[in-house]
Amino acid sequence: MASDDDFPIAAQGLNHWFGSGEARKQALYDVNLRVRRGSLTVLVGPSGSGKTTVLTLLGCLRDVQEGSVSLLGHEVHGAKSDLLISLRKRLGFIFQAHNLHASLTARQNVVMGLQVHGRVDPALADRAAAHALTLVGLGDRLDYLSDNLSGGQKQRVAVARAMVGNPDVIFADEPTAALDRDSGSNVVDLIKKLGRERGTTTVMVTHDNRILDRADRIITLEDGRIVADTEAVPA
Amino acid sequence: MSRLLALLFGRLPIGWLQLTHSRTRFAAALAGVAFANVLVFVQLGIMNSMATATLKSYDFFSADIMISAPDANSMTEGGNVARQWLLQALADPEVAAGTGLFLANVTWQRPTKALALTTYGVDPAQPEFLTGEIAAKSGTLQLQNAGLLDRFSRGLKREEAAAIRPQTPLSFEASGTTLTLYDTFAGGGGFGGDGYMVVSDQTFLNLFPARTSGAPDHILLTVVPGADPDAVALRLRDLISDKTLRIRSYAAAAQEDLTYQQTKRPTGIIFGFGVIIGILVGIVIVYQVLSTDVADHLREYATFKAMGYGQWFFLGIVFEEALILGVLGFVPGFIVATGLLTAMAKATTLPLLMTSKMAMMVFFGTVAACSLSGAIATRRLAAADPADLF
Repeated sequence: MASDDDFPIAAQGLNHWFGSGEARKQALYDVNLRVRRGSLTVLVGPSGSGKTTVLTLLGCLRDVQEGSVSLLGHEVHGAKSDLLISLRKRLGFIFQAHNLHASLTARQNVVMGLQVHGRVDPALADRAAAHALTLVGLGDRLDYLSDNLSGGQKQRVAVARAMVGNPDVIFADEPTAALDRDSGSNVVDLIKKLGRERGTTTVMVTHDNRILDRADRIITLEDGRIVADTEAVPA
Repeated sequence: MSRLLALLFGRLPIGWLQLTHSRTRFAAALAGVAFANVLVFVQLGIMNSMATATLKSYDFFSADIMISAPDANSMTEGGNVARQWLLQALADPEVAAGTGLFLANVTWQRPTKALALTTYGVDPAQPEFLTGEIAAKSGTLQLQNAGLLDRFSRGLKREEAAAIRPQTPLSFEASGTTLTLYDTFAGGGGFGGDGYMVVSDQTFLNLFPARTSGAPDHILLTVVPGADPDAVALRLRDLISDKTLRIRSYAAAAQEDLTYQQTKRPTGIIFGFGVIIGILVGIVIVYQVLSTDVADHLREYATFKAMGYGQWFFLGIVFEEALILGVLGFVPGFIVATGLLTAMAKATTLPLLMTSKMAMMVFFGTVAACSLSGAIATRRLAAADPADLF
């Protein structure tokens, strides 16, 4: 059997409900999956199929109700908040809504992704943030407040923020939805490169065909159940 | 500013950037905090003015022990005390000297308005029981029907008061006697009267023929150097056979008077409530400002939480904002409140003052209230899953 090191993410018997009492509705049914280190895994499925719920459960953004989630060698179900916080620091999130801080500039938003690890030399943090933003093609927008950026630009800042801390795992929810063809494929290039060079594992919810073509594995959900799981043939 | 705060906190000054992001909202928040400050300052000022006004009379005299009638809750009230107790008190080896103090209200009918003067009759031959200007000018009280007037009396114009000098005295008639004011001293209106007047005991008895020299309103005593007034007062209580008399050290009498004014008199209770209401309203305003700010940024905080920031980080932001709002709201609040108190003092001649003690209290109170409000508002964030807040 392969060690945890090869599979930084594993879910077993994952069930999840939303609401309470009469309105309680099951959203996930017995989801089991293991994600290989350095791979790009894509979750697809119609809306309401539970893709985002799986993503948030794997990424410690939601308490696990039933089943087990093992992330980077730690059990997440019932974990203390200190463990959750230290795990979250090793993850990078790219949200569907870009979720940038409106009072901060593009560069400051990215710096926040670094400062979560503690005190950083400001000059160093500024340079790292500028580098990350240049990689996503925003080298000329460093000091723009996020309100003054377009939707696609905000999305790219969010990508830079998720990557700047050198995370072990990246969770992304429709990261390319607001991006044009070029920026979209740039982001995928970047994710693939991180996977190759640093072993960064990525789990992504997307409908973007350009990404599906380049995914290592596609998991299809329907009504809260995994209905298909396709591994791409290594090129 | 941003750079300085960044150095201070070792992180981006999120609180400062957040607050200054929208200038109008920042101004409104500062105005709210400043208004809360003004509210508390004015109420505290009014309450303090009562204390200052109550203790004013005690400043006119110098004594160690005061003997008063049982119903004398205050320097300015109470029945008579027989002079025989003064003589008996002098029998104590540690009592150095004593004098009788007479007290009554004299109405000065002026063309425009009647002035109610709290009038003390003192022995001009014993100036050691008087203080400052009154002691220095007590010589003129030796003259028949002479008086010293409080130049800060309510309704008395400044130039009118300045014109009252030994060379140009001012006379007026009160209860059938012509009084001549030869000089003035610094008093200041209280809640009991419009101002003060000091006359000799002889003049006092001319004004009030029904009173006798054998029954002053208070007896003031001094003790020999090194003696403890409280201990002597205790001994006198044993020595003097009238057990109903209030025999207290002068300082204790002043303190009890103040407590009585603040807790038993309607004005004191009302002012006390004013302070409590002011503080409560101030806290509500500050809470609104901070909790609105936290609610406005909840999504952004949730994102930070998802990234791995802990609860201390959010408390840090809120504390940063509390400090900024507390400091920047305090400055205009302090200035406006000082102006208001000065204007009110001028209109009422009450001693409404901004004191450094008040300023410290209000400042630290504001920062504490801001911090607490913000901390309470961030509890929602601690309880929720980040995914539910997006």
